[in-house]
Amino acid sequence: MGDFSSQTISHIDREFIAELLGKGERLDGRAFNEYRDIQIEANVVPAKAEGSAMVQLGDTSVVAGVKVLVGEPYPDSPDEGVIMVTAEMSPIASPLFELGPPKEDAIELARIVDRGVRESQMVDAKALCIEEGKKVYMVFADVYPLEYDGNLIDASSIAVNVALLTTKFPEMKLEEKELIATGEIKSLPVTNIAVEHTVVKIGKHLILDPVLKEEFVQDCRLTMAIDEKDNFTALQKGGGTGAMSLSLIEEAMDMALDAGKIIREKIDASVKAIK
Amino acid sequence: MSPETKPDFLISPEGLRVDGRRPDELRPVELKVGVLKQADGSASIRQGKTYIIAGVYGPRELHPRHLALNDRAFLRVVYRMATFSVPDRKRPAPSRREKEISMVIANALSPALFLEEFPRAVVDVFIQVIQADGGTRCASINAASLALADAGIPMRSLVPSVAVGKADGVLVVDLGDEEDKYGEGDVPMAILPPTEEITLLQQDGFFTRDELLEAMQMGISSCKYLHELQKEALKKAYVKKTPDGEEGDVDEDEFDDDLETDLGESDMMEDE
Repeated sequence: MGDFSSQTISHIDREFIAELLGKGERLDGRAFNEYRDIQIEANVVPAKAEGSAMVQLGDTSVVAGVKVLVGEPYPDSPDEGVIMVTAEMSPIASPLFELGPPKEDAIELARIVDRGVRESQMVDAKALCIEEGKKVYMVFADVYPLEYDGNLIDASSIAVNVALLTTKFPEMKLEEKELIATGEIKSLPVTNIAVEHTVVKIGKHLILDPVLKEEFVQDCRLTMAIDEKDNFTALQKGGGTGAMSLSLIEEAMDMALDAGKIIREKIDASVKAIK
Repeated sequence: MSPETKPDFLISPEGLRVDGRRPDELRPVELKVGVLKQADGSASIRQGKTYIIAGVYGPRELHPRHLALNDRAFLRVVYRMATFSVPDRKRPAPSRREKEISMVIANALSPALFLEEFPRAVVDVFIQVIQADGGTRCASINAASLALADAGIPMRSLVPSVAVGKADGVLVVDLGDEEDKYGEGDVPMAILPPTEEITLLQQDGFFTRDELLEAMQMGISSCKYLHELQKEALKKAYVKKTPDGEEGDVDEDEFDDDLETDLGESDMMEDE
Protein backbone atom coordinates (compact mmCIF):
# COMPACT_ATOMS: atom_id res chain seq x y z
CA MET A 1 0.00 0.00 0.00
CA GLY A 2 2.64 2.46 1.02
CA ASP A 3 5.68 3.33 -0.96
CA PHE A 4 7.14 0.07 -2.10
CA SER A 5 9.08 1.63 -4.94
CA SER A 6 12.32 0.69 -3.21
CA GLN A 7 11.09 -2.88 -2.67
CA THR A 8 13.11 -5.59 -4.33
CA ILE A 9 11.54 -6.67 -7.57
CA SER A 10 13.39 -8.46 -10.30
CA HIS A 11 14.48 -6.56 -13.39
CA ILE A 12 12.67 -9.22 -15.38
CA ASP A 13 9.34 -8.37 -13.70
CA ARG A 14 9.98 -4.66 -13.98
CA GLU A 15 10.79 -4.84 -17.67
CA PHE A 16 8.00 -7.33 -18.36
CA ILE A 17 5.38 -5.03 -16.82
CA ALA A 18 6.72 -2.05 -18.79
CA GLU A 19 6.81 -4.05 -21.99
CA LEU A 20 3.22 -5.26 -21.52
CA LEU A 21 1.98 -1.73 -20.80
CA GLY A 22 3.66 -0.60 -24.01
CA LYS A 23 1.51 -3.12 -25.85
CA GLY A 24 -1.62 -1.98 -23.99
CA GLU A 25 -1.71 -5.05 -21.76
CA ARG A 26 -1.47 -5.83 -18.03
CA LEU A 27 -0.19 -8.78 -16.00
CA ASP A 28 -3.66 -10.19 -15.38
CA GLY A 29 -5.10 -9.34 -18.78
CA ARG A 30 -7.24 -6.43 -17.60
CA ALA A 31 -7.81 -3.21 -19.49
CA PHE A 32 -6.02 -0.15 -18.03
CA ASN A 33 -9.32 1.29 -16.73
CA GLU A 34 -10.77 -1.92 -15.33
CA TYR A 35 -11.19 -3.05 -11.71
CA ARG A 36 -10.52 -6.61 -10.66
CA ASP A 37 -13.46 -8.82 -9.73
CA ILE A 38 -15.17 -7.37 -6.62
CA GLN A 39 -17.04 -9.41 -4.02
CA ILE A 40 -18.81 -7.51 -1.26
CA GLU A 41 -20.47 -9.14 1.72
CA ALA A 42 -22.24 -6.93 4.22
CA ASN A 43 -22.98 -7.75 7.86
CA VAL A 44 -20.16 -10.24 8.44
CA VAL A 45 -19.91 -9.36 12.16
CA PRO A 46 -23.65 -9.42 12.92
CA ALA A 47 -23.51 -10.18 16.66
CA LYS A 48 -21.05 -7.55 17.88
CA ALA A 49 -20.52 -4.79 15.31
CA GLU A 50 -23.23 -2.28 14.47
CA GLY A 51 -22.19 -2.47 10.82
CA SER A 52 -19.62 -4.52 8.93
CA ALA A 53 -18.45 -5.64 5.51
CA MET A 54 -15.92 -7.92 3.90
CA VAL A 55 -14.59 -6.88 0.50
CA GLN A 56 -12.51 -8.93 -1.92
CA LEU A 57 -10.88 -7.04 -4.72
CA GLY A 58 -9.14 -9.75 -6.70
CA ASP A 59 -6.69 -11.25 -4.20
CA THR A 60 -6.86 -8.26 -1.87
CA SER A 61 -9.36 -8.53 0.96
CA VAL A 62 -10.32 -6.37 3.92
CA VAL A 63 -12.87 -6.48 6.70
CA ALA A 64 -14.35 -3.29 8.12
CA GLY A 65 -16.50 -2.94 11.20
CA VAL A 66 -18.44 -0.03 12.70
CA LYS A 67 -18.94 0.59 16.40
CA VAL A 68 -21.36 3.29 17.54
CA LEU A 69 -20.68 4.60 21.04
CA VAL A 70 -21.97 7.55 23.03
CA GLY A 71 -19.49 10.15 24.22
CA GLU A 72 -18.86 13.80 24.72
CA PRO A 73 -18.56 16.08 21.68
CA TYR A 74 -15.40 18.00 20.87
CA PRO A 75 -15.49 21.51 22.41
CA ASP A 76 -15.28 23.19 18.97
CA SER A 77 -18.28 21.28 17.61
CA PRO A 78 -20.66 20.75 20.55
CA ASP A 79 -23.62 19.83 18.36
CA GLU A 80 -21.85 17.34 16.10
CA GLY A 81 -21.22 13.63 16.42
CA VAL A 82 -17.80 12.12 15.84
CA ILE A 83 -16.89 9.95 12.86
CA MET A 84 -13.51 8.33 12.65
CA VAL A 85 -11.86 5.78 10.39
CA THR A 86 -8.82 3.84 11.51
CA ALA A 87 -6.82 1.08 9.85
CA GLU A 88 -4.39 -1.48 11.13
CA MET A 89 -1.88 -3.19 8.86
CA SER A 90 -1.94 -6.57 10.50
CA PRO A 91 1.00 -8.73 9.37
CA ILE A 92 -1.57 -11.46 8.63
CA ALA A 93 -2.22 -9.71 5.32
CA SER A 94 1.21 -9.77 3.76
CA PRO A 95 4.80 -10.88 4.34
CA LEU A 96 5.68 -7.21 3.69
CA PHE A 97 3.82 -5.94 6.77
CA GLU A 98 5.79 -5.93 9.99
CA LEU A 99 4.64 -6.19 13.56
CA GLY A 100 4.45 -3.12 15.71
CA PRO A 101 2.57 0.12 16.17
CA PRO A 102 0.90 1.64 13.10
CA LYS A 103 3.47 2.99 10.68
CA GLU A 104 3.20 5.70 8.05
CA ASP A 105 1.48 3.41 5.55
CA ALA A 106 -1.28 2.33 7.96
CA ILE A 107 -1.84 5.89 9.06
CA GLU A 108 -1.96 7.13 5.48
CA LEU A 109 -4.47 4.40 4.56
CA ALA A 110 -6.72 5.31 7.48
CA ARG A 111 -6.48 9.03 6.82
CA ILE A 112 -7.21 8.73 3.10
CA VAL A 113 -10.28 6.58 3.73
CA ASP A 114 -11.27 8.88 6.60
CA ARG A 115 -11.10 11.94 4.36
CA GLY A 116 -13.21 10.19 1.73
CA VAL A 117 -15.94 9.73 4.33
CA ARG A 118 -15.51 13.04 6.13
CA GLU A 119 -15.05 15.48 3.25
CA SER A 120 -17.99 14.12 1.30
CA GLN A 121 -20.09 14.80 4.41
CA MET A 122 -21.31 11.26 3.97
CA VAL A 123 -22.79 11.11 7.46
CA ASP A 124 -24.67 14.15 8.73
CA ALA A 125 -22.67 14.88 11.89
CA LYS A 126 -25.30 17.24 13.29
CA ALA A 127 -27.88 14.43 13.20
CA LEU A 128 -25.56 12.42 15.45
CA CYS A 129 -26.07 14.84 18.33
CA ILE A 130 -28.08 13.54 21.29
CA GLU A 131 -27.85 16.66 23.45
CA GLU A 132 -25.74 19.63 22.48
CA GLY A 133 -22.52 19.96 24.42
CA LYS A 134 -23.24 16.83 26.43
CA LYS A 135 -23.73 13.62 24.51
CA VAL A 136 -23.21 12.68 20.88
CA TYR A 137 -22.86 9.43 18.95
CA MET A 138 -19.30 8.47 18.14
CA VAL A 139 -19.00 6.35 15.03
CA PHE A 140 -15.80 4.35 14.61
CA ALA A 141 -15.14 2.51 11.36
CA ASP A 142 -12.08 0.30 11.66
CA VAL A 143 -10.43 -1.48 8.74
CA TYR A 144 -8.39 -4.68 8.91
CA PRO A 145 -6.67 -5.87 5.73
CA LEU A 146 -6.63 -9.68 5.53
CA GLU A 147 -4.91 -10.20 2.18
CA TYR A 148 -2.77 -7.62 0.45
CA ASP A 149 -2.34 -7.87 -3.30
CA GLY A 150 -2.36 -4.18 -4.12
CA ASN A 151 -4.80 -1.28 -3.82
CA LEU A 152 -5.84 -1.51 -0.19
CA ILE A 153 -7.21 2.02 -0.37
CA ASP A 154 -10.07 1.30 -2.76
CA ALA A 155 -10.93 -2.01 -1.09
CA SER A 156 -10.99 -0.28 2.32
CA SER A 157 -13.08 2.61 1.02
CA ILE A 158 -15.69 0.23 -0.39
CA ALA A 159 -15.74 -1.80 2.84
CA VAL A 160 -16.12 1.30 5.03
CA ASN A 161 -18.92 2.62 2.82
CA VAL A 162 -20.86 -0.64 2.94
CA ALA A 163 -20.29 -1.01 6.70
CA LEU A 164 -21.57 2.53 7.36
CA LEU A 165 -24.53 2.12 4.99
CA THR A 166 -25.64 -1.05 6.77
CA THR A 167 -25.04 0.17 10.33
CA LYS A 168 -27.93 -0.30 12.76
CA PHE A 169 -27.71 0.96 16.32
CA PRO A 170 -30.03 1.50 19.30
CA GLU A 171 -31.24 5.08 19.70
CA MET A 172 -30.30 6.67 23.03
CA LYS A 173 -31.64 9.71 24.86
CA LEU A 174 -30.68 11.71 27.93
CA GLU A 175 -33.23 11.72 30.69
CA GLU A 176 -32.26 13.48 33.90
CA LYS A 177 -28.59 13.03 33.02
CA GLU A 178 -29.10 9.28 32.57
CA LEU A 179 -28.47 7.71 29.21
CA ILE A 180 -31.30 5.35 28.30
CA ALA A 181 -32.23 3.41 25.18
CA THR A 182 -35.45 4.51 23.51
CA GLY A 183 -36.00 1.06 22.04
CA GLU A 184 -35.76 2.40 18.48
CA ILE A 185 -33.14 0.99 16.11
CA LYS A 186 -31.60 3.65 13.89
CA SER A 187 -29.55 3.75 10.71
CA LEU A 188 -26.82 6.34 10.26
CA PRO A 189 -27.97 9.65 8.73
CA VAL A 190 -26.21 9.08 5.39
CA THR A 191 -26.57 11.99 2.98
CA ASN A 192 -23.93 11.20 0.38
CA ILE A 193 -21.69 8.36 -0.75
CA ALA A 194 -18.12 8.90 -1.85
CA VAL A 195 -15.93 6.05 -3.00
CA GLU A 196 -12.21 6.18 -3.60
CA HIS A 197 -10.54 5.17 -6.82
CA THR A 198 -6.81 4.76 -7.22
CA VAL A 199 -4.92 5.19 -10.46
CA VAL A 200 -1.17 4.61 -10.62
CA LYS A 201 1.37 6.00 -13.03
CA ILE A 202 3.98 3.66 -14.48
CA GLY A 203 6.18 5.40 -17.05
CA LYS A 204 3.78 7.26 -19.29
CA HIS A 205 0.90 4.90 -18.58
CA LEU A 206 -2.01 5.17 -16.15
CA ILE A 207 -3.70 2.08 -14.75
CA LEU A 208 -6.65 1.67 -12.40
CA ASP A 209 -6.66 -0.67 -9.40
CA PRO A 210 -3.01 -1.84 -9.35
CA VAL A 211 -2.01 -5.31 -8.17
CA LEU A 212 0.96 -5.62 -5.83
CA LYS A 213 3.55 -6.10 -8.58
CA GLU A 214 2.27 -3.01 -10.34
CA GLU A 215 2.53 -1.05 -7.07
CA PHE A 216 6.15 -2.19 -6.80
CA VAL A 217 7.04 -0.48 -10.06
CA GLN A 218 4.70 2.51 -9.87
CA ASP A 219 6.10 6.04 -10.08
CA CYS A 220 3.25 7.33 -7.94
CA ARG A 221 -0.46 6.91 -7.33
CA LEU A 222 -3.41 9.27 -7.34
CA THR A 223 -6.43 8.44 -5.18
CA MET A 224 -9.68 10.29 -5.87
CA ALA A 225 -12.87 10.22 -3.80
CA ILE A 226 -15.90 10.78 -6.00
CA ASP A 227 -19.45 11.25 -4.72
CA GLU A 228 -22.87 10.44 -6.17
CA LYS A 229 -23.02 13.71 -8.10
CA ASP A 230 -19.57 13.12 -9.59
CA ASN A 231 -17.97 15.73 -7.36
CA PHE A 232 -14.38 15.14 -6.33
CA THR A 233 -14.34 15.28 -2.53
CA ALA A 234 -10.78 14.25 -1.71
CA LEU A 235 -7.52 13.66 -3.56
CA GLN A 236 -4.26 12.16 -2.46
CA LYS A 237 -1.13 11.81 -4.52
CA GLY A 238 1.26 9.39 -2.90
CA GLY A 239 2.95 6.04 -3.23
CA GLY A 240 6.25 7.32 -4.48
CA THR A 241 8.08 10.41 -5.57
CA GLY A 242 7.05 10.38 -9.23
CA ALA A 243 5.59 13.57 -10.70
CA MET A 244 2.43 13.80 -12.79
CA SER A 245 1.59 16.26 -15.56
CA LEU A 246 -1.74 18.07 -15.57
CA SER A 247 -2.84 16.17 -18.66
CA LEU A 248 -2.16 12.83 -16.95
CA ILE A 249 -4.12 13.97 -13.89
CA GLU A 250 -7.02 14.91 -16.15
CA GLU A 251 -6.87 11.47 -17.73
CA ALA A 252 -6.81 9.82 -14.28
CA MET A 253 -9.84 11.87 -13.19
CA ASP A 254 -11.85 10.67 -16.18
CA MET A 255 -10.83 7.08 -15.49
CA ALA A 256 -12.03 7.39 -11.91
CA LEU A 257 -15.33 9.02 -12.91
CA ASP A 258 -16.16 6.13 -15.24
CA ALA A 259 -15.18 3.51 -12.66
CA GLY A 260 -17.15 5.26 -9.92
CA LYS A 261 -20.52 4.47 -11.46
CA ILE A 262 -19.79 0.74 -11.62
CA ILE A 263 -18.49 0.55 -8.07
CA ARG A 264 -21.42 2.52 -6.64
CA GLU A 265 -23.83 0.06 -8.30
CA LYS A 266 -22.01 -2.84 -6.64
CA ILE A 267 -22.16 -1.11 -3.27
CA ASP A 268 -25.90 -0.48 -3.68
CA ALA A 269 -26.48 -4.11 -4.61
CA SER A 270 -24.61 -5.41 -1.56
CA VAL A 271 -26.52 -3.08 0.76
CA LYS A 272 -29.85 -4.11 -0.75
CA ALA A 273 -28.89 -7.79 -0.45
CA ILE A 274 -29.11 -7.68 3.34
CA LYS A 275 -32.21 -5.51 3.57
CA MET B 1 -23.07 -0.64 22.40
CA SER B 2 -25.15 -3.81 21.98
CA PRO B 3 -26.78 -3.98 25.42
CA GLU B 4 -26.25 -7.25 27.28
CA THR B 5 -28.33 -8.57 30.13
CA LYS B 6 -27.79 -11.41 32.53
CA PRO B 7 -30.06 -14.36 31.74
CA ASP B 8 -32.37 -15.61 34.54
CA PHE B 9 -30.72 -19.02 34.58
CA LEU B 10 -27.78 -20.67 32.84
CA ILE B 11 -29.20 -24.20 33.13
CA SER B 12 -32.93 -24.61 32.52
CA PRO B 13 -35.13 -26.89 34.67
CA GLU B 14 -34.86 -29.41 31.80
CA GLY B 15 -31.08 -29.40 32.19
CA LEU B 16 -30.42 -27.45 28.99
CA ARG B 17 -28.15 -24.42 28.60
CA VAL B 18 -28.97 -20.82 27.67
CA ASP B 19 -28.63 -21.59 23.96
CA GLY B 20 -30.42 -24.94 24.23
CA ARG B 21 -27.30 -27.12 24.27
CA ARG B 22 -26.73 -30.16 26.45
CA PRO B 23 -23.90 -29.75 28.98
CA ASP B 24 -21.45 -31.80 26.88
CA GLU B 25 -22.46 -30.32 23.55
CA LEU B 26 -20.20 -28.02 21.53
CA ARG B 27 -21.52 -25.07 19.58
CA PRO B 28 -21.67 -25.62 15.80
CA VAL B 29 -18.07 -25.55 14.55
CA GLU B 30 -17.03 -24.69 11.02
CA LEU B 31 -13.35 -25.00 10.12
CA LYS B 32 -11.89 -23.90 6.79
CA VAL B 33 -8.29 -24.36 5.66
CA GLY B 34 -6.52 -22.14 3.13
CA VAL B 35 -8.65 -19.01 3.43
CA LEU B 36 -5.87 -16.42 2.82
CA LYS B 37 -3.79 -16.30 -0.34
CA GLN B 38 -0.86 -14.23 0.92
CA ALA B 39 -0.16 -16.29 4.03
CA ASP B 40 1.89 -19.49 3.81
CA GLY B 41 -0.86 -21.25 5.72
CA SER B 42 -4.25 -20.15 6.97
CA ALA B 43 -7.50 -21.32 8.49
CA SER B 44 -10.72 -19.86 9.80
CA ILE B 45 -13.03 -21.03 12.54
CA ARG B 46 -16.63 -20.22 13.30
CA GLN B 47 -17.68 -21.59 16.66
CA GLY B 48 -21.11 -20.32 17.56
CA LYS B 49 -20.86 -16.59 16.91
CA THR B 50 -17.10 -16.53 17.43
CA TYR B 51 -15.28 -15.92 14.13
CA ILE B 52 -11.50 -16.03 13.90
CA ILE B 53 -8.94 -16.13 11.09
CA ALA B 54 -5.38 -17.39 11.58
CA GLY B 55 -2.49 -16.89 9.15
CA VAL B 56 0.99 -18.44 9.33
CA TYR B 57 4.20 -17.15 7.74
CA GLY B 58 7.44 -19.07 7.82
CA PRO B 59 9.74 -20.58 8.69
CA ARG B 60 11.41 -17.32 7.68
CA GLU B 61 14.19 -14.98 8.74
CA LEU B 62 13.61 -13.52 12.19
CA HIS B 63 13.55 -9.79 12.85
CA PRO B 64 14.65 -8.48 15.31
CA ARG B 65 17.58 -10.90 15.32
CA HIS B 66 18.21 -10.85 19.06
CA LEU B 67 15.09 -12.97 19.52
CA ALA B 68 16.64 -15.84 17.52
CA LEU B 69 17.05 -19.19 19.27
CA ASN B 70 20.14 -21.21 18.42
CA ASP B 71 18.56 -24.64 18.72
CA ARG B 72 15.07 -24.10 17.31
CA ALA B 73 12.72 -21.78 15.50
CA PHE B 74 11.00 -19.04 17.47
CA LEU B 75 7.23 -19.51 17.47
CA ARG B 76 5.78 -16.01 17.49
CA VAL B 77 2.04 -15.88 18.11
CA VAL B 78 0.14 -12.62 17.86
CA TYR B 79 -3.47 -12.79 19.00
CA ARG B 80 -5.40 -9.63 18.22
CA MET B 81 -9.05 -8.72 18.54
CA ALA B 82 -10.69 -6.40 16.03
CA THR B 83 -12.00 -3.23 17.65
CA PHE B 84 -15.52 -4.18 16.56
CA SER B 85 -15.37 -7.82 17.70
CA VAL B 86 -16.72 -7.05 21.18
CA PRO B 87 -19.79 -5.18 22.53
CA ASP B 88 -17.83 -2.04 23.46
CA ARG B 89 -15.20 -0.86 21.01
CA LYS B 90 -11.85 -2.35 21.98
CA ARG B 91 -8.99 0.13 22.05
CA PRO B 92 -6.79 -0.46 19.01
CA ALA B 93 -3.50 -0.87 20.91
CA PRO B 94 -2.58 -4.41 22.06
CA SER B 95 -3.89 -5.01 25.58
CA ARG B 96 -2.23 -6.96 28.38
CA ARG B 97 -4.89 -9.63 27.90
CA GLU B 98 -4.03 -10.00 24.21
CA LYS B 99 -0.34 -10.34 25.04
CA GLU B 100 -0.92 -13.02 27.66
CA ILE B 101 -3.25 -14.98 25.40
CA SER B 102 -0.67 -14.80 22.60
CA MET B 103 1.85 -16.36 24.94
CA VAL B 104 -0.39 -19.17 26.23
CA ILE B 105 -1.40 -20.01 22.65
CA ALA B 106 2.28 -20.26 21.66
CA ASN B 107 2.89 -22.54 24.63
CA ALA B 108 -0.10 -24.67 23.69
CA LEU B 109 1.02 -25.12 20.09
CA SER B 110 4.78 -25.48 20.34
CA PRO B 111 4.90 -28.99 21.90
CA ALA B 112 3.25 -30.24 18.70
CA LEU B 113 5.80 -28.68 16.37
CA PHE B 114 9.27 -29.82 15.27
CA LEU B 115 10.70 -26.33 15.75
CA GLU B 116 14.20 -27.78 16.16
CA GLU B 117 14.20 -28.31 12.39
CA PHE B 118 14.58 -24.57 11.81
CA PRO B 119 17.13 -23.05 14.19
CA ARG B 120 17.33 -19.22 14.26
CA ALA B 121 14.20 -18.87 12.08
CA VAL B 122 10.74 -17.69 13.06
CA VAL B 123 7.33 -19.21 12.51
CA ASP B 124 4.79 -16.41 12.74
CA VAL B 125 1.19 -17.14 13.69
CA PHE B 126 -1.14 -14.16 13.35
CA ILE B 127 -4.61 -14.57 14.81
CA GLN B 128 -7.33 -12.05 14.06
CA VAL B 129 -10.53 -12.23 16.08
CA ILE B 130 -13.29 -10.82 13.85
CA GLN B 131 -16.19 -11.55 16.21
CA ALA B 132 -15.75 -12.63 19.84
CA ASP B 133 -18.48 -14.57 21.60
CA GLY B 134 -16.64 -16.57 24.22
CA GLY B 135 -13.94 -19.20 23.83
CA THR B 136 -11.71 -17.13 21.57
CA ARG B 137 -8.40 -18.46 22.90
CA CYS B 138 -9.49 -22.07 22.37
CA ALA B 139 -11.00 -21.36 18.96
CA SER B 140 -7.75 -19.55 18.07
CA ILE B 141 -5.73 -22.65 18.91
CA ASN B 142 -8.01 -24.84 16.79
CA ALA B 143 -7.58 -22.51 13.81
CA ALA B 144 -3.88 -21.73 14.34
CA SER B 145 -3.03 -25.41 14.51
CA LEU B 146 -4.73 -25.96 11.14
CA ALA B 147 -2.99 -22.92 9.66
CA LEU B 148 0.38 -24.33 10.79
CA ALA B 149 -0.43 -27.63 9.09
CA ASP B 150 -1.53 -25.74 5.97
CA ALA B 151 1.83 -23.93 5.98
CA GLY B 152 3.59 -27.30 6.02
CA ILE B 153 5.25 -26.81 9.40
CA PRO B 154 6.28 -30.31 10.52
CA MET B 155 4.16 -31.40 13.47
CA ARG B 156 3.44 -34.37 15.69
CA SER B 157 -0.28 -33.73 15.61
CA LEU B 158 -2.91 -31.06 15.38
CA VAL B 159 -3.83 -29.36 18.65
CA PRO B 160 -7.53 -29.23 19.51
CA SER B 161 -8.70 -26.97 22.29
CA VAL B 162 -11.88 -26.31 24.27
CA ALA B 163 -12.99 -24.55 27.44
CA VAL B 164 -14.90 -26.44 30.12
CA GLY B 165 -16.77 -24.40 32.66
CA LYS B 166 -19.35 -24.43 35.39
CA ALA B 167 -22.77 -22.86 35.01
CA ASP B 168 -25.37 -23.07 37.79
CA GLY B 169 -23.24 -25.84 39.34
CA VAL B 170 -23.22 -27.99 36.18
CA LEU B 171 -20.04 -28.73 34.23
CA VAL B 172 -20.44 -27.59 30.63
CA VAL B 173 -18.12 -27.66 27.61
CA ASP B 174 -17.42 -24.87 25.13
CA LEU B 175 -18.62 -21.88 27.12
CA GLY B 176 -20.66 -19.26 25.33
CA ASP B 177 -20.22 -15.60 26.18
CA GLU B 178 -22.96 -15.53 28.86
CA GLU B 179 -21.73 -18.70 30.55
CA ASP B 180 -18.25 -17.23 30.56
CA LYS B 181 -19.44 -13.95 32.09
CA TYR B 182 -22.04 -15.19 34.57
CA GLY B 183 -20.94 -18.79 35.23
CA GLU B 184 -18.88 -19.96 38.19
CA GLY B 185 -15.73 -20.95 36.38
CA ASP B 186 -13.77 -21.56 33.24
CA VAL B 187 -11.07 -24.12 32.36
CA PRO B 188 -9.60 -23.56 28.90
CA MET B 189 -7.45 -26.46 27.78
CA ALA B 190 -5.71 -27.94 24.74
CA ILE B 191 -4.33 -31.43 24.19
CA LEU B 192 -2.05 -33.48 21.98
CA PRO B 193 -4.58 -36.13 20.95
CA PRO B 194 -2.21 -39.12 20.45
CA THR B 195 -0.96 -38.99 24.04
CA GLU B 196 -3.77 -36.97 25.64
CA GLU B 197 -1.11 -34.71 27.13
CA ILE B 198 -2.36 -31.28 28.08
CA THR B 199 -0.58 -28.27 26.52
CA LEU B 200 -2.88 -25.46 27.64
CA LEU B 201 -4.44 -25.34 31.06
CA GLN B 202 -5.83 -22.29 32.78
CA GLN B 203 -8.62 -21.98 35.28
CA ASP B 204 -10.57 -19.37 37.08
CA GLY B 205 -13.63 -19.55 39.31
CA PHE B 206 -14.50 -22.15 41.93
CA PHE B 207 -14.00 -25.88 41.43
CA THR B 208 -13.54 -28.73 43.89
CA ARG B 209 -10.76 -31.24 43.26
CA ASP B 210 -13.20 -33.79 41.81
CA GLU B 211 -15.00 -31.23 39.69
CA LEU B 212 -11.74 -30.05 38.20
CA LEU B 213 -10.66 -33.60 37.36
CA GLU B 214 -14.05 -34.32 35.80
CA ALA B 215 -13.91 -31.05 33.87
CA MET B 216 -10.55 -32.02 32.41
CA GLN B 217 -11.90 -35.46 31.40
CA MET B 218 -14.81 -33.74 29.63
CA GLY B 219 -12.36 -31.40 27.97
CA ILE B 220 -10.27 -34.28 26.66
CA SER B 221 -13.35 -35.97 25.15
CA SER B 222 -14.44 -32.75 23.46
CA CYS B 223 -10.92 -32.09 22.19
CA LYS B 224 -10.87 -35.54 20.61
CA TYR B 225 -14.08 -34.74 18.79
CA LEU B 226 -12.66 -31.38 17.67
CA HIS B 227 -9.55 -33.20 16.48
CA GLU B 228 -11.73 -35.25 14.11
CA LEU B 229 -13.28 -32.03 12.77
CA GLN B 230 -9.80 -30.56 12.29
CA LYS B 231 -8.62 -33.61 10.34
CA GLU B 232 -11.73 -33.48 8.16
CA ALA B 233 -11.17 -29.78 7.41
CA LEU B 234 -7.56 -30.44 6.49
CA LYS B 235 -8.48 -33.34 4.22
CA LYS B 236 -11.12 -31.23 2.53
CA ALA B 237 -8.51 -28.65 1.59
CA TYR B 238 -6.03 -31.19 0.27
CA VAL B 239 -8.10 -34.01 -1.19
CA LYS B 240 -7.39 -34.22 -4.90
CA LYS B 241 -9.98 -32.32 -6.84
CA THR B 242 -11.66 -33.66 -9.96
CA PRO B 243 -10.45 -32.12 -13.25
CA ASP B 244 -13.39 -29.68 -13.34
CA GLY B 245 -12.26 -28.29 -10.00
CA GLU B 246 -15.17 -26.78 -8.17
CA GLU B 247 -17.66 -29.49 -8.94
CA GLY B 248 -15.47 -31.98 -7.14
CA ASP B 249 -15.87 -29.93 -3.97
CA VAL B 250 -19.63 -29.94 -4.18
CA ASP B 251 -19.81 -33.67 -4.76
CA GLU B 252 -17.72 -34.27 -1.71
CA ASP B 253 -20.00 -32.14 0.47
CA GLU B 254 -23.05 -34.00 -0.67
CA PHE B 255 -21.35 -37.31 -0.12
CA ASP B 256 -20.50 -36.41 3.48
CA ASP B 257 -24.05 -35.35 4.22
CA ASP B 258 -25.52 -38.49 2.68
CA LEU B 259 -23.23 -40.61 4.75
CA GLU B 260 -24.39 -39.14 8.03
CA THR B 261 -28.11 -38.96 7.40
CA ASP B 262 -28.51 -42.10 5.32
CA LEU B 263 -26.94 -44.60 7.67
CA GLY B 264 -29.93 -44.89 9.95
CA GLU B 265 -32.47 -44.81 7.19
CA SER B 266 -30.80 -47.47 5.05
CA ASP B 267 -30.67 -49.81 8.04
CA MET B 268 -34.38 -49.41 8.51
CA MET B 269 -34.98 -50.11 4.84
CA GLU B 270 -33.17 -53.42 5.13
CA ASP B 271 -35.24 -54.42 8.14
CA GLU B 272 -38.39 -53.88 6.19
